Amino acid sequence: MSPIISVSGLSKTYASGFTALKSINLGIKPGEIFALLGPNGAGKTTLINIICGIANASSGEVLVDGHDIRRDYRTTRSLIGLVPQELHTDAFETVWATVSFSRGLFGKPKNPAHIEKVLKDLSLWDKKDSKIVTLSGGMKRRVMIAKALSHEPQILFLDEPTAGVDVELRKAMWDVVRTLRASGVTIILTTHYIEEAEEMADRVGVINRGEIILVEEKAALMQKLGQKRLKLHLQGKIDAVPTPLAAYNLELAGDGTELIYTYDTRSEHTGITSLLSDLRAAGIRFSDLDTTQSSLEEIFVSLVRA
Amino acid sequence: MNFEAVKAIYRFEMARTWRTLLQSIVSPVVSTSLYFVVFGAAIGSRITEVEGVSYGTFIVPGLVMLSVLTQSITNASFGIYFPKFIGTIYEILSAPVSYFEIVLGYVGAAATKSIILGLIILATAGLFVPLHIQHPVWMLLFLVLTSVTFSLFGFIIGIWADGFEKLQMIPMLIITPLTFLGGSFYSIGMLPQSWQTVALFNPVVYLISGFRWSFYEIADVSLSVSMGMTLSFLVICMTVVWWIFKSGYRLKS
Repeated sequence: MSPIISVSGLSKTYASGFTALKSINLGIKPGEIFALLGPNGAGKTTLINIICGIANASSGEVLVDGHDIRRDYRTTRSLIGLVPQELHTDAFETVWATVSFSRGLFGKPKNPAHIEKVLKDLSLWDKKDSKIVTLSGGMKRRVMIAKALSHEPQILFLDEPTAGVDVELRKAMWDVVRTLRASGVTIILTTHYIEEAEEMADRVGVINRGEIILVEEKAALMQKLGQKRLKLHLQGKIDAVPTPLAAYNLELAGDGTELIYTYDTRSEHTGITSLLSDLRAAGIRFSDLDTTQSSLEEIFVSLVRA
Repeated sequence: MNFEAVKAIYRFEMARTWRTLLQSIVSPVVSTSLYFVVFGAAIGSRITEVEGVSYGTFIVPGLVMLSVLTQSITNASFGIYFPKFIGTIYEILSAPVSYFEIVLGYVGAAATKSIILGLIILATAGLFVPLHIQHPVWMLLFLVLTSVTFSLFGFIIGIWADGFEKLQMIPMLIITPLTFLGGSFYSIGMLPQSWQTVALFNPVVYLISGFRWSFYEIADVSLSVSMGMTLSFLVICMTVVWWIFKSGYRLKS
C-alpha cells in the first residue's frame, strides 16, 4: 500500500541557524492513526507545519496522496485538516460562523448539514450561536477540531489535541478520533500523553533532536522493546534479598512482602526458570505471581535518553 | 481560482465592519463633520473662494481622500495583522488558496469599506455644502483606485508590523501629515513657489488633485500626471505584496 504521506530527506534550518529537522524520512499509511512522540523542541510541530504549508522546508520533498506539497498545494492542502497546538480562535465570532468560514476557506461550498453533523459529533451543537470568547478551554479545543473537519479532510493532523483538557473530555475526543478513523480518515497525532498514543495509535514514531529515531507498529514496538516485570507475592516478609539471588537484581517491595524481577522479553533466556529454582533453594516461598509489560512511556523515555 | 475562499475572507472581513459599525463608519463620519464645522465654517468665513469654488465646497474632495486614505490603510493593515497577532493566520496559510486570492479577499474587503465610507462622507458633505460632480466616472475611478492602492499599502504595513505601535505609526506619522500637506484644505498654488516645488514630492498631492478635478475641473497637476502617479503607486504596492508572499516575509518561517 503506497503511503498517503511520504516525507523524503526533509530538513529545516531556521534563520537563527537552529536545525529543527535533519533529513527526515517518513511514510504514513492511509487510514492509520500514527502517533508522533518526542520531547519539547524535537521537531514535531515543525514537521507538521511544513506538511500543512505553514512553514517552508530548507530541503527535501513531501508528497501527499502522490502530490507535491509545493507544486500541487491546492490538492494537498484540501486533503488535510489541522488542529494546531495553541488555541487560535476568533474570540468574537460565533462557533457556527468560524466553522463555516473554515469550510469556505478550503474551497468547499456551503453545507449546513455537514457543519451541523460536525458540531453535533463534537457536542457543540447547543453552543453554535455562542461567541468563542464565552467557551471553556475544552470547548474551544473542540471548536478547533470542528474547524479542521469542516472541509471533510482525508488526513487530520492533531498537534497535542488534548493538552490542558480534562480526563472526561480527553476520552470523548479519543472517541471522536476513533470514529474518524473508522470513516477512513488518516490521523497523525502528536502528544505528550503517552497513554494517548498507547490507547489509540496503530503505529508510533519517535522524533528527537530533529531526527526520526524509530517508527514501529505500536504492538510490535511494545513487544520488541518492552521489558516485563515479574512480581512475586511472598508468603512471609523478608528484610533483604538473599545474597545467592543478588545476580537477579531483584527489587524488594511491599514492605518486604514482594519481590520484583525485571526481564527482557527479547532475550533468549529470561532467567525466570532459574530464578524460581534459586528462590526455592533459598527457602523463599510465594503465594502468587503476576507479570506486567513496560508502558509506552517507559519505552519512549528509554529511547530519547539513549 | 478558489472563489469560495475569496468569498469567505471577504465576508469575514465585511462582517467585522458591521460588528464594529461605530468604529468603522460612524467615527470617521463624525470626524469629517467636525472638519466641516472647523474648516468650512470657521476658516471658510475668511477664505470665501478658491479658484472660483466656495471654500467649503473646495475642501470636500480633500476630506473624502483624507478619510479614504487613512481608513484603507487602517482596515487592511488591521485585517491581516489581527490573524497574525491571535495566531489564526495558520488557517489561511494551510488553506488551498493562492497569494492572489488572499490579497483579493483582504484588500477587496478593505477597499470596499473605504469606498462605502468615502461615499457616505460625500453624502454627509452634501448636507453642509452644495455638491456638483462634473465627472462622476472619473471620481469613482479615483476613489476605487485610491482605495485599492492604499488598502494594498495597508496590507503591507499589516504584514510588516510586529506590534500595535508599528501598526499605528505609518498612518499617524506619515499618511495623515502627507494628506494635510497634500492640498486637502488648500490649493498648492496658494503656497509660495519654493513650497509648491516641495509639495510636488508629496504623492498625496496627485491623488487629491485628480480627485478634485473630477468634481470641479480644477487641479494642481494635470489629470494624466495624477492618474500616472496613482497607477505607479499601485504597481509598487502590488510588487511589494508579490515579494512578501514569494519570500514568506513575516508570514512563513
